[in-house]
Amino acid sequence: MEIRLDKFSKSFGPVKVIEDLDLTIGDGEMIALLGPSGCGKTTTLYAVCGIHRVTSGRIWFGDRDVTALPPQQKNVGVVFQSFALYPHLVVYENIAFPLRIRKESAADIDRKVREMAGILHMEELLDRRPGQLSGGQQQRVALARALVRRPDVLLMDEPLANLDAGLRLEMRSEIGRIQRESGCTSILVTHDQVEAMSMCNRIALMNEGKIQQIGSPDEMYHQPGNKFVAGFIGNPPISFANGKIADGHFEAEGLRFQLPDRIKGASVSAGQNVIIGIRPENLQPDFATPIEGEITFIESQGREVLYDLKLAGGQVFRSIQSGKRNCKLGDRISWGIDAEAVFFFDEQGNRI
Amino acid sequence: MEEDRKTNWPMTIFLLIISAPILIMYVWLFIDSISEINTESIWPKEFTLRNWRFLVEEIPGHGSVWTALFNTTVFATSVVAIVVILSSTAGYALSRLKFPYRSQFLGLVLLLHSFPSVTLIISIFLMLRMIGLYDTLIGVILVKASLELPFGIWIMKGFYDTVPWEIEMAGVQDGASRFQVWYKLVLPQIMPGVAALSIFSFMAGWSEFVLPLILAPSAETRLMSVYLAGLVNDDYLSDFGLFKAVGLFYIIPVMMFYLFTQDKLMNIYGGGTKG
Repeated sequence: MEIRLDKFSKSFGPVKVIEDLDLTIGDGEMIALLGPSGCGKTTTLYAVCGIHRVTSGRIWFGDRDVTALPPQQKNVGVVFQSFALYPHLVVYENIAFPLRIRKESAADIDRKVREMAGILHMEELLDRRPGQLSGGQQQRVALARALVRRPDVLLMDEPLANLDAGLRLEMRSEIGRIQRESGCTSILVTHDQVEAMSMCNRIALMNEGKIQQIGSPDEMYHQPGNKFVAGFIGNPPISFANGKIADGHFEAEGLRFQLPDRIKGASVSAGQNVIIGIRPENLQPDFATPIEGEITFIESQGREVLYDLKLAGGQVFRSIQSGKRNCKLGDRISWGIDAEAVFFFDEQGNRI
Repeated sequence: MEEDRKTNWPMTIFLLIISAPILIMYVWLFIDSISEINTESIWPKEFTLRNWRFLVEEIPGHGSVWTALFNTTVFATSVVAIVVILSSTAGYALSRLKFPYRSQFLGLVLLLHSFPSVTLIISIFLMLRMIGLYDTLIGVILVKASLELPFGIWIMKGFYDTVPWEIEMAGVQDGASRFQVWYKLVLPQIMPGVAALSIFSFMAGWSEFVLPLILAPSAETRLMSVYLAGLVNDDYLSDFGLFKAVGLFYIIPVMMFYLFTQDKLMNIYGGGTKG
């Protein structure tokens, strides 16, 4: 089922949390709402499932306007961050609860619950109580409960936040598999870009109640629409520096290089202030455009090593390189950047 | 757990010693109720069932004990029913719903709780007279229940406050109505609280004395406490064996109640939440 948010806005009293948000999620697609905390992603989720009333705008499930429908009439499955299992009911009854509310026959309920338990590999847990389960098992129960009544839409609010690192990796692929198998249109809310990038076909990156960019993880990374997107996506993060356009070159103290052709043709004028962004992998010892500075930080991450390069003008660029290099803190060195891969932003942070 | 189960003898003996006065009092009460009173020695004289005659015959001028027992049972259980039903719904509303003057209401309820009921007795008396419920069981039930309510509401609100919001959101999302969410998902979480409140208000009802004494004094509406006090205060009757037998008869239901609800009581005094 396709979900469409049309100029959706939400305020709490005088505080506008979301303003005129447009978003379309295709049938069977899994999209991530990604953003720093307080960006309005959970608010959006709660509006879609009906817990929050919408201040203005419309929400459509297919061609049905569900804006004003209460949660009970929406058929949305939700996995809460805390899982919110019913502690007094055994796993079987937890999963059966949505069906019991619908007054389905006992035989139907039994068949569906067991089928769901099969998909999630937890047949042997059915008569335990939530308190007796591990975090990962609770997560599965929450998923099963959300999916058992074949929801039009599956919403997940930080589903992996309460799991430890190993389980997180496992559940990441597990949730992806289950989502594909159920074919359920899904929204995943997360603040973790790795989670978003690994689980979802598309990401909607949000900040301050607005969607900054929607696209595939690749697009987000290689074609960020603005400075926020470039800065949020990517780990270790991108480095920014201020400078000016002059005579077909980018100029800053201690750094001057020729603009790539795609920028020359774009609407930049001489003397314009710009911000450049260079991803750590685009600053390497043997790249063409020279950049000189002092090494101020070295961190070995095992397979890769992180360096901070401080230029004469005080700008700091980060480099990530595979293999140990023969240099130490305080060394003055000359490395190079890939000018083609440098992002240019205007003073408002929009991509040039 | 294994270690907890081993008997800690020094502690057991210590507890036994400091509980001894209470235990001895109960044992004495029991022995005195089935023996002739002996004022010269602490040893009972001879076995008798005469003190228990009130069970089969009326003590002149005091009505039947069975009426009093029946009244007390009706009184205590009605108080429990009213207090539990109203507190568990009011507590939910106060914990979860947003409505005007919510915090003021809570403050007011607490203020009501702090009133000693004796200070209200005259106005309550007049009010019951006015609405025609004076000297009826219903009248005194309503009064007792309303005096117990503030405590009940606060207890229930406290228990509801510990139930996470997400459970209700999940319930609503699973298609349950607000009422179903309360009844099927939230209420089961606070059963220890409901049990606690039932026990407390039953005890309060069972032992209530002043209200029924003043508001329901006649023989048909008399409660056990009033019946017992009536015997004790009767100038023509100084039968201590009888008093003790009636007293024992009065507390037997309470003791049974304690026996059966022990586990739950422990749970309440332990804070009401399970780990």
